[in-house]
Formats: sequence, C-alpha cells, structure tokens
Amino acid sequence: MIYNASLMPIILFLAIVASVLIISILSARKTSSAKAYFAAGGSIPWSINGIAFAGDYLSAASFLGICGMIAFSGYDGFLYSIGYLAGWVMALFVVAEPMKKLGKYTFTDALDSKFNSPGIQLMAGISTLMVSIFYLIPQMVGAGALVTPLLGLPHYVGVIMVGSIVIFIVATAGMKSTTYVQFIKGALLIVFSTVLVVMLVNRGFNKDVSEDYHDFVELTAIADGDEVTGISESGYEISGRYSDGKGSFLRLTNNGYDNWWKVSDDGKLTEALSIVDSENGVKLYNGAPIEEQRFYPVGHMDKIVVNGEEVEATGPLTPFSYLSTIESSTVIRFVKHGFDFEGEHVSIWFQEPTAGSEILRPGLKFKVDKDSTPISKLNFVSLMIALFFGTSALPHVLIRYYTVSSPKDARKSTILAIIAIGFFYILTLFIGLGAMTSGVLDVESSNMAAPLLAKSFGKVLFSIISAIAFATVLGTVSGLIVAASGAVAHDLVDKYFKVKLTDRRKVVIGKLSAVGVGLIAILLGIMFKGMNVSFLVGWAFSIAASANFPAIIMLLFWKKTTAKGIASSVAVGMISAIALILLSPSMFERYGLSASQAIMPLDNPGIISIPLSFLTLVIVSLLTQKKVNTEKADN
Amino acid sequence: MLHEPAAPSGKEPASEFKKRVGVRMFIAYAVVYTSFIVINTAAPKLMGKPVAFGLNLAVTYGFGLIILAIIAGIIYNAICTKKENELAADEEDDVK
Repeated sequence: MIYNASLMPIILFLAIVASVLIISILSARKTSSAKAYFAAGGSIPWSINGIAFAGDYLSAASFLGICGMIAFSGYDGFLYSIGYLAGWVMALFVVAEPMKKLGKYTFTDALDSKFNSPGIQLMAGISTLMVSIFYLIPQMVGAGALVTPLLGLPHYVGVIMVGSIVIFIVATAGMKSTTYVQFIKGALLIVFSTVLVVMLVNRGFNKDVSEDYHDFVELTAIADGDEVTGISESGYEISGRYSDGKGSFLRLTNNGYDNWWKVSDDGKLTEALSIVDSENGVKLYNGAPIEEQRFYPVGHMDKIVVNGEEVEATGPLTPFSYLSTIESSTVIRFVKHGFDFEGEHVSIWFQEPTAGSEILRPGLKFKVDKDSTPISKLNFVSLMIALFFGTSALPHVLIRYYTVSSPKDARKSTILAIIAIGFFYILTLFIGLGAMTSGVLDVESSNMAAPLLAKSFGKVLFSIISAIAFATVLGTVSGLIVAASGAVAHDLVDKYFKVKLTDRRKVVIGKLSAVGVGLIAILLGIMFKGMNVSFLVGWAFSIAASANFPAIIMLLFWKKTTAKGIASSVAVGMISAIALILLSPSMFERYGLSASQAIMPLDNPGIISIPLSFLTLVIVSLLTQKKVNTEKADN
Repeated sequence: MLHEPAAPSGKEPASEFKKRVGVRMFIAYAVVYTSFIVINTAAPKLMGKPVAFGLNLAVTYGFGLIILAIIAGIIYNAICTKKENELAADEEDDVK
C-alpha cells in the first residue's frame, strides 16, 4: 500500500524522539558507575518502575503485533495477550523477590549467586545475549513497519533510524534513562489506547465503513458445467484461470488492468487483491504499478446483526455489546494465498465471509478445531506453555528487579505492572476487532493495524498513536540492549574472562557492547521484514523459557541443583530451542522453501525444548552430586 | 565487589512465608490456565458457547484469566505486606 506522509505525524515523531534524547542526555551526567549504568543505582521508585515494567513489556509485539494478529485472525491473536499476561503470575508469585535478593545487575548474577561458576557465567551470559537479540528482531521489524506510513520512508530506513537513536540512548545513559523513557511511553500507550477504544465503541459498526473505502465488486459467472466460460457483466474478459485446494481463481481483464477474482460455490466472482511478481522484477498491485494506488485498504462487515435483526449500522455501543454484535454478525476477512502462474508469482488476498462466532474463538490461525491435526494442537499447546513460562525468564524483565531498592518494591512494581499490562491486553481485543471491521487494514503488513485504525479517527489520533508506537519500539529496544550489554560487560568480560576492569571501564565496555548489539539488531530487522512481530516474539519467549526458566526454578526450589546442572540446562535449552526454530515451517518459508519440507513440524519449540532443559538439569545435577557432597565434606 | 545486590535488601524474615503463599497461588492459577488450554484442544467447540453478557466462553475465560491475575496479585501483595508488618512489629517489640 502507498502511504502519504503528512506534517503532523512528522512533528509529533520528532517531538517524541527529541524528548527521549533530552532525557538520555540529562541522565548521562549522573551515569558514570556500573551500578548507575546497569541498574539505575537501584534507586527507581516502585511506582515508576511498575509502569516502566509495563513500558518494557508492552513492546511492538503487544501493540503492533497482537492488535495486527487479532485484526487478521481474530481471537487467536488474543491468545498472545492471555499468555503474555499469565506469564506475569509466575514472575510475581515465584521469581520477583528471590531474583531481587540474589542478583546485582543481571540474571546471571542470581543464577550464579550460590556457585561462582564460570560455566554458569558463560552460558547464562550467552543466553541473555541470544534472547535479547531474538527479542530485538521483532522490535526492529515493527520500527520499519511504522516509519513507512508515518514518514513515508522505506522499511530499512526505519530500522536504521531506530537502531541509531537507541544506540545513542543506551551508549549515553543506560538503565536510568531507559527506565524513564519506558515510564513515559508505558503511561502514554495505556492512556491513548483507552481513548482509541472509547472512540471505537462509541462509533459502533457500519457496513459503509467510510467514503474512501473501495467498493468491492461482485460479478456473476456464466458457467458450462463446472467451468466458467464468461462473465455476465460487460467489460470483463477472462485472461487466466487457476485452481487448487484453496479454491478457483480467475484473472479478469477490465479497462486494461489484469486482476484476480475468486469463484465462489454459488457462481459469483468476488474481487480480490493481488500482487504479481514477474520474472523481470516488475511488481504489479491489482494489475498496476503501486503508484497508481489500486491496492486498497480492506476489512468490513458483511452482515451486522443486532438482537436477531440485520441492520446497516449500530450507533454507539457498550464494550460488551460491541463484542456480542461481532459474535452474531459476519465479517469479510481477506485471506492470503500464493501460487505461480505463467512464470509469475501471484500473491492473492481473497474475500472470506467469516461468522463472528468463529472470529471470537480459537481456530482461524491455530488449528485446534476445524482442519486440526495432533501436530497443530501441539503447536498451540507449545506456544501457550512458552508464553506462560517465558515472561519470568526474559532478561530485560529480570534486570528491572535490580532498579528498585528492595524485594518488597520489586513485588509492588510487579503488581502495578500486571494491572497496567492486563488492562492494556483487554484493550487489544477491541483494537484488533476494530481494525478488522473498519476498512483500514494493509494486507501486506499486519503490524500496522492499530495505527491505521487510529487513522480512521483522523490524523491527530493517528499521529499520536504512531508516535507512541515508535516510542514503544525505542523504549523496548533500549531495555533489551542494556540487558545484552550487561551480559557482555558484566557476565562475560568481567566474570567469565576475569578481565580486571575498573567501574568506569566496565561502563565503557557496556556501551561498546550496546553499539555492537544495536548493529546486529539493525541487520536482523531488515532481514525479517514483513513477519508478524508478535509471532517473532513468541520465538524469543520460547528461547527464554527453554534456556533460563528451568534454571531459575530449580535453583529456587531444588536443593540438589548443581552449577554444572544449571550451565548444561541453559546450554541445552538455548541450543535446542534455536535449532528447532531454524528447522521450523516458518523458517523454511523464509529460506524460500515450502513449509511442508520443514524438518521440525512445530513452529513453537517450547513443548520439546523446555522439558529437555529441565531433564538435562536434573540428570547432570544428580550425576555431579557426589562431587558437591565431597566438596562440602572437605570444607 | 561485584557479587553483592545492586541495593542492600536487608533481612527478610517473611521470605519463607511469602514463598509458600506465592507457590500455592501460582499452582492455583496454573490449574485455571491449564484448564483453558485443555478445553481449547480437547473440546474446542465449548469455547463458542454463550456464557454471559452475550459473550462466549472463549472471551469470558480470556478476560477472566487476565482479571484473575490482577486480583490474585493484589491479594498476594496484601497478604505479604500484612505478614511483613507483623514480623516488623514483633522485631521492634523484641528490641524494646
């Protein structure tokens, strides 16, 4: 889709960036020690830290990814909201206070607190780096997706821009500025998302979504048996046909443009959106170059049913009646399909009338009911397990326990975070469904659903929401880079390699690491363009849950846990999760192969890699018990 | 020099009590969460059944899990704070 940049979003965007940079420069003056750089001196009030937690956690994945996934796949996107929030229960009840008591700057400190083991320092440091990098990818992809409509710039420019700003923030001021950026952004995100939902519910549903919305045409086929031989309406000529398991499609020529249509069972032809990649590199959007703007925003209600009667519009609704109206109505979703035709690759998004009752329960993305297989159900279970156990093992969440002064404050800030994040996640269902039915979706980027919904309420709200979304990416990326730089400077260089560092030198190493990790993030953000950011974050959760979670839990609750057990468990969990991701169907598509060729049938590795990590810890700990006991006896 | 906590956390007499309460509350929540996963995979059609306010089980259960986490967090904090205050008061009495 083509986006035209306008002045207001640019001004607001610049204002947000300027505020973030000013906070960083002001904080930088007070950040000379390692304690100040990596843990904000342990001086952040719990209330600020709680909202900053929310700011950290409500990343591009939550705001852009979940809302986008709900807009395209209904309730299945909301499953991420449920899983992400449920993970905080684990963090609060089991992990928060002990981790605060055991650690100093990084989660490796906590794991290593009883052992002083080089193995733990190495593996936990690498694991922190890997999880942070996997978590950074979706943030950068989100940044790239945002700058296109906001500033009219290409995806890669957005990624480089965010990377550079964040490198500056982190390399100047560290955790304190990151915390205040997250606090401001978290608060703004929740306030303006609430405003958006209030306006959305008040607007209700309307079959005529807007004056600008494209009037999708329906044609009548003339058929001879099963074969379509012509079109009843004049001006259309059949110029190609294609059929497969997804249905029958016709290419029709009208006014000199070729476009694809879907043939439905009742002999009707419904207009689709298509992108054709020809062998000579020319890309046609609905039969024309993108500049001709024939590629439209989509998503509308087919039938609106209120109290058993079909209506044209509902008028203002309550939150409950908003959801119950969708439940009883029918929505036109645009479903993606791809095939090769006459030497060209065709990507097509065809209209799929979907009952609201199907949208508001699992099944459109995760096959747990219709068309399900044992593997598809296992994929769903695997994701839900990773989300539940991943939160409390995320390095940028874990380091936030060290920015407050006491375990009690760690607990209180976690509870405030749960309240703020839980409230926001309830809003995501409304934002996603609103985007699905407001004729605003860009089929090429599910990540833009929330800002584009805001655009349907005018440029002011669009500008504010987009600027906040951009700040969201800035804040989360900053937190992740602080966590990663802590892993390099503190866990690896200082503790594992035992390089004698002064406090100031350690901060310098941390800042240099921030630059290195930032550059890697920029590169990966460009490579993974177009993937849903929440889906990508699911992978980071799987790696965190596999590598870090078993070690944290067993350290806290199993007295026979040994240093070798922890180090092996982190290594096995991390390597198995990453290997399974690299062999997954989604990655095979990324390699340009078919998903069905994937060696690993699951997209989410957690159900295999988490138990494997636990098992490794138990076996290795039991095998190394004797040595521990001997050591104790010697002492 | 580098192994002590970022900020001194002091003595924590209530930590064992808090750990016990936390684990119990976590198990209770995990049971509700697991039931959600089991219904989705074993009896997915159940998720489409209407429950209240025109909402089906999927939406009600999803909202319920989020709200339950918030309420459980507030209750946990109240229990922990009460115990911490009690133990702090006992310590003060002992000192006197």
